[in-house]
Amino acid sequence: MDIDLMLKVYPFFLEAAWVTILLSVLTAILGLICGTLGAAARLSRFAVLRFLGAAYVSLFRGTPALIQLFILYFGGPQIGIQLDAFEAGVIGLGINAGAYMTETIRGAIIAIDKGQREAARTLGLSSWQATYKVILPQAARLMVRPLGVNLNMLIKATALVAAIAVVELTYTAQRYIGSTYKPFEMFLLAGVLYMIIIYVVGRGVAWLDRKVQIT
Amino acid sequence: MGLDFSIIPKYMDIILLGVGWTVGITVAAALLSFVGGIIFAVIALYAPWLIRQPFRLTEWVFMGTPLLLQLFLIYFGLVQIGIDLPAFVAGIIGLGLHFAVYNSELIQTAILAVDKGQMEAARTLGLSRTQALRKVVIPQAVRAVIPPIGNNMIALLKDSALVSVIGVSELTLSAQRVIGKTYRPFEFYILAAAFYYVINLCMEWVQRKIERRISISR
Repeated sequence: MDIDLMLKVYPFFLEAAWVTILLSVLTAILGLICGTLGAAARLSRFAVLRFLGAAYVSLFRGTPALIQLFILYFGGPQIGIQLDAFEAGVIGLGINAGAYMTETIRGAIIAIDKGQREAARTLGLSSWQATYKVILPQAARLMVRPLGVNLNMLIKATALVAAIAVVELTYTAQRYIGSTYKPFEMFLLAGVLYMIIIYVVGRGVAWLDRKVQIT
Repeated sequence: MGLDFSIIPKYMDIILLGVGWTVGITVAAALLSFVGGIIFAVIALYAPWLIRQPFRLTEWVFMGTPLLLQLFLIYFGLVQIGIDLPAFVAGIIGLGLHFAVYNSELIQTAILAVDKGQMEAARTLGLSRTQALRKVVIPQAVRAVIPPIGNNMIALLKDSALVSVIGVSELTLSAQRVIGKTYRPFEFYILAAAFYYVINLCMEWVQRKIERRISISR
């Protein structure tokens, strides 16, 4: 193992790790927005919205995220969408993650006992009020852990943007493997940084999960 | 530049060849990940401490890092230690090992969920520990775990697109090659996405069939 080389290049990996973190944060925010809208559509009382929501989930979960990214980044200019690689990465991955989060959020909402809504309505709350004051606060508690799993997958999925040359961790590792022929060392550097990010996020999710439980 | 889907039929043969490779790689990697998953699960649960702990650490590393990074390690790492495999073999090994780790997690849980009495009964009947595992415990565990493994296999199909990055001419790279000639990325990536979607639907159909069959024979 070439420790000297690793010491020499690790600042570049640290810098790239920040790009991965920034990508993950922005993607997670966009994913949550898309997931919330998707779940609202899937649970809507309008058939058109339910269909659109189901189509969104099916299409984006049924095709590779890499292809979705390529359609957006390389195909986008043909239909008038010009994005730089980083923007395409955030938007592509965010919409993709949103499809997975839609199912997580929807699952948590339908897991809440029907009696809760009925009781709220009986007490005189409107349908909206019942959703916002009774159902969602309970569903939110159930969502934390599975959304944490989505987040974990999302962080690893940010590696895909290496394929459109965003200089994040995997791209940096790929470049240094190419120039130094030391795949194991470069994997170790990037891998450790990924695992630190995922570990910290995992701890954060576990903390939040404990925090929101009632008991 | 507008869209022109009429160009597609001319390059369909290249794309279809890519579809064939994608299906082949997915099936091969799925088999590897299934067998590997069982072996990994047994090691993680029953191997001596000195083997078990480093092994679990390796599993943990594979679950905590992106597949794309692992593919680079396996493809270029094998070359570095003097094993020059064709890209598609490296791709199958990379995909197979990655998903074997995820399958192993599922199978471990399932093995632990098989009633202890099964092992005890098998031992009482004179089977050795290995025999009891192989003939009594693991078959039951594997059956319980087939639906979630099916989900992993569908994820594997989608992740097989990543091996295009190490130069395997499957569907994604075939689309890229055609795009290199035609400069029509939108049309051909949509076409590739459509093929992935159809393969995905077929896999879901097979998965439902298998699940129904299992639930009947129970």
